[in-house]
Amino acid sequence: MIISVASGKGGTGKTTVSINLAASLKRPLKLLDCDVEEPNVHLFIKPGELVSRTESTFVPVIDETRCNGCRKCAELCEFNALAVIGEKVLVFPELCHSCEGCQMICPEQAVKDGHRELGTIETGTWNHITLSYGRLRVGEAMSPPLISRVQSIIEPADLVIIDAPPGTSCPAIKAMKVSDFVLLVTEPTPFGLHDLVLTVEAVKKLSIPCGLVINRADIGNEDVYRYARKEGLPILMEIPFSRTIAEIYSQGGLLVDQSPEWRIRFCRLFDSIAETAVLGEVSQ
Amino acid sequence: MKVAISAKGTDLNSEVDPRFGRAATIIIVDLDTMEFEAIDNSANANAFKGAGIQAATMVHDHGAEILLTGYCGPKAFQTLQAAGVKVVSDVDGSVNEALERLRSGEVEYLENANADGHW
Repeated sequence: MIISVASGKGGTGKTTVSINLAASLKRPLKLLDCDVEEPNVHLFIKPGELVSRTESTFVPVIDETRCNGCRKCAELCEFNALAVIGEKVLVFPELCHSCEGCQMICPEQAVKDGHRELGTIETGTWNHITLSYGRLRVGEAMSPPLISRVQSIIEPADLVIIDAPPGTSCPAIKAMKVSDFVLLVTEPTPFGLHDLVLTVEAVKKLSIPCGLVINRADIGNEDVYRYARKEGLPILMEIPFSRTIAEIYSQGGLLVDQSPEWRIRFCRLFDSIAETAVLGEVSQ
Repeated sequence: MKVAISAKGTDLNSEVDPRFGRAATIIIVDLDTMEFEAIDNSANANAFKGAGIQAATMVHDHGAEILLTGYCGPKAFQTLQAAGVKVVSDVDGSVNEALERLRSGEVEYLENANADGHW
């Protein structure tokens, strides 16, 4: 089963939930930090040794001895990564989405394989957890390709927890799309609700069952609860607004290491996710 | 010699559009005869990315040797340079006024892009 932990709004507690959920379960699992623009799970789940691998993606390189300037590649490219001036092809590798269409359409076989570095993937183990996270190359504008590479270690029988990036654009969708259940972390504030609504709409389009964790549950107002009732979204856990929790987090600690009560609560959260995911599957 | 100008309208009295890649129109004027052609740039103006690259290719394809515009980003500039098109930036007023300034020689050609790329 693949569970992704997502939220529209940033800073609602995705990482708090991901790391504690992963640590509370006493069985082998993969924890993937797909927030490749600013990964932070490794600050809490600390593998002794990390294996680092550089990832890159296809970009076209033009063999000028073969190119006759026919423009077919430039006309095909939706992202204007290729331009033809006279008979010279200009390549803008940072705009390329690696579809390889230019290579397929070129009648002269003049488009050769080039590479653009996406970033690195770090992998290591900590107790029962295999942690893997991406680190996007500074200057790289597209994170979904690297997110896919982080997800490529998933095997069919795995239990996987994905810490998704915030928002509802391509990176967040990429991170959530592979999952069997989306756990949405929100807070009962107008900002929290506003971004939650956007995310719920996106998750509906993906047809993935979802449930809520309400963080800082004792601040704000009742609107998030009303919305959850109206949409039939189960509230699977509430976390209070507490200085102790903030202190533990700021020191890179885990709630589940601090008290057996939190361990039990996160184990129960997992059980309700499993139940909701199965029910969701049945109803579909 | 032909000159390209980014414009908000389709004739020589139109205002210069400070944006190049996403200008409404690119006007190509033959300085010798003052005949002109207004090219609709709306396809580029709505492009997801790379509007400047496309607009630059179009300027070159229409045989212009000089471009008068407001701002020119790095990718458009690189494309125009490869095409040998000289760029005059920070141009404002009407297309006619811009052409007048070019004729009188009161212009400086850009040596680098004068706007940042955007994503």
